[in-house]
Amino acid sequence: METVKRQYWKILSIILLIYTVYAGFNGQVPRQPILNETIRNLYFHVTMWFTMIFLLGTSVYHSIQYLRKSDLKSDLISSAYVEVGMVFAILGLITGSVWAKFTWGDWWTNDPKLNSVAIGLLIYLAYSLVRSSMPDEMQKARISSVYNIFAFVIFMVLIWILPRMTDSLHPGNGGNPAFSKMDLDNRMRMVFYPAIIGWTLLGFWIAQLRIRIKNIEQQNEL
Amino acid sequence: MALTEIFVLIRKEMQLEWRNKYAIHGLVLYLAATIFICYLSFKAKQQSIHPIMWNTLFWIILLFSAVNAVGKSFTQESANRNIFYYTFAKPESVIFSKIIYNTLVMLGVSLIGIFFYSWVMGNPVRNMPLYLVSLLLGAIGFASTLSLVAGIAAQGENSATLMAVMSFPLIIPLLLLLLKLSKSALDGISLSENWDEIAILGALDIIVIVFSGILFPYIWKQ
Repeated sequence: METVKRQYWKILSIILLIYTVYAGFNGQVPRQPILNETIRNLYFHVTMWFTMIFLLGTSVYHSIQYLRKSDLKSDLISSAYVEVGMVFAILGLITGSVWAKFTWGDWWTNDPKLNSVAIGLLIYLAYSLVRSSMPDEMQKARISSVYNIFAFVIFMVLIWILPRMTDSLHPGNGGNPAFSKMDLDNRMRMVFYPAIIGWTLLGFWIAQLRIRIKNIEQQNEL
Repeated sequence: MALTEIFVLIRKEMQLEWRNKYAIHGLVLYLAATIFICYLSFKAKQQSIHPIMWNTLFWIILLFSAVNAVGKSFTQESANRNIFYYTFAKPESVIFSKIIYNTLVMLGVSLIGIFFYSWVMGNPVRNMPLYLVSLLLGAIGFASTLSLVAGIAAQGENSATLMAVMSFPLIIPLLLLLLKLSKSALDGISLSENWDEIAILGALDIIVIVFSGILFPYIWKQ
């Protein structure tokens, strides 16, 4: 009974994702010019970014915990969240690329949001480089925690402030109407919100597994 | 009290620089050589250069000079001497003194740079005071972002590579905002119509300085 209580959110995640896939492909969606049926990608593309931001935010929380308490466990957890966050960022790029091909006509468009995310990937690749360049465990943990917090702040500026200042093809930027105003009707909301929760829970589930693997690896090294 | 400490540390930086003049001479020579290479590759061939390209080229030259100038902040002095500073100065004073000193260096570099650059490449700027404002905000932003990154990079083994890999993605939001503001100056748009950009740039500078103050103590303690 204890385990069921602790694992219920994983079951919830599976149920929500099955519902997302089923309702996402079969549910009623508004007919929009250009977008047509691709509007369903909302459940699979936008949700990736929500999940990534939640994962990276959690990672920053654990980095702060490390700086406060100097417990190597926090650093291990933090790095696992960054890794899984990056996987979701790459998934977001791929789903976005497919969507862009069918609506804007190209796999990669010169859009500030796309460029920002590409820079974000570079920032976090540098994070893994920083980690591998430090031989000492404590030093590695301390420096990468500092870098992680700083990088998150810059990344937030990059994806929230900059795209709003320049022209973008994305809804809600550069004079384009946001989805919520005209397209996102209540039928879509019934799928979109559960989809966010489902994907986020899945992200945290994968991160938990990653943390457990890292723990075992560390014990094997000792 | 903290202010006198910062002041003493800035004076120490200046005296060190004054004694080893080769560092500052090297920087000026680096700037002059880069600008002259740009002149030979672009202007001498085509006779004229598009104003947007003129602007972008100048900021890229400044960026590379900044990475070179600020990158040596923590590697210039020996580790033993850094431990000596650690015993009597607060880490906040160390980072703020570095930021202020590097800002002064970057201001000097920008002014010498714009003078020499206008001399050989021509000067299409229509609103020079606004361009100087963007140079000032750029000097503060470059100095503060790169000082913290230099502190992180100095901890690693291959600090020059680490510095380049970490600083370029992290500096991009700042660089994009600076390009936007200096483009307005180029087109002769008045200062009063650019308050938004100036405010966002100033806010970004302040965010970076505050986070440097919070995070640097964790890098500094060994």
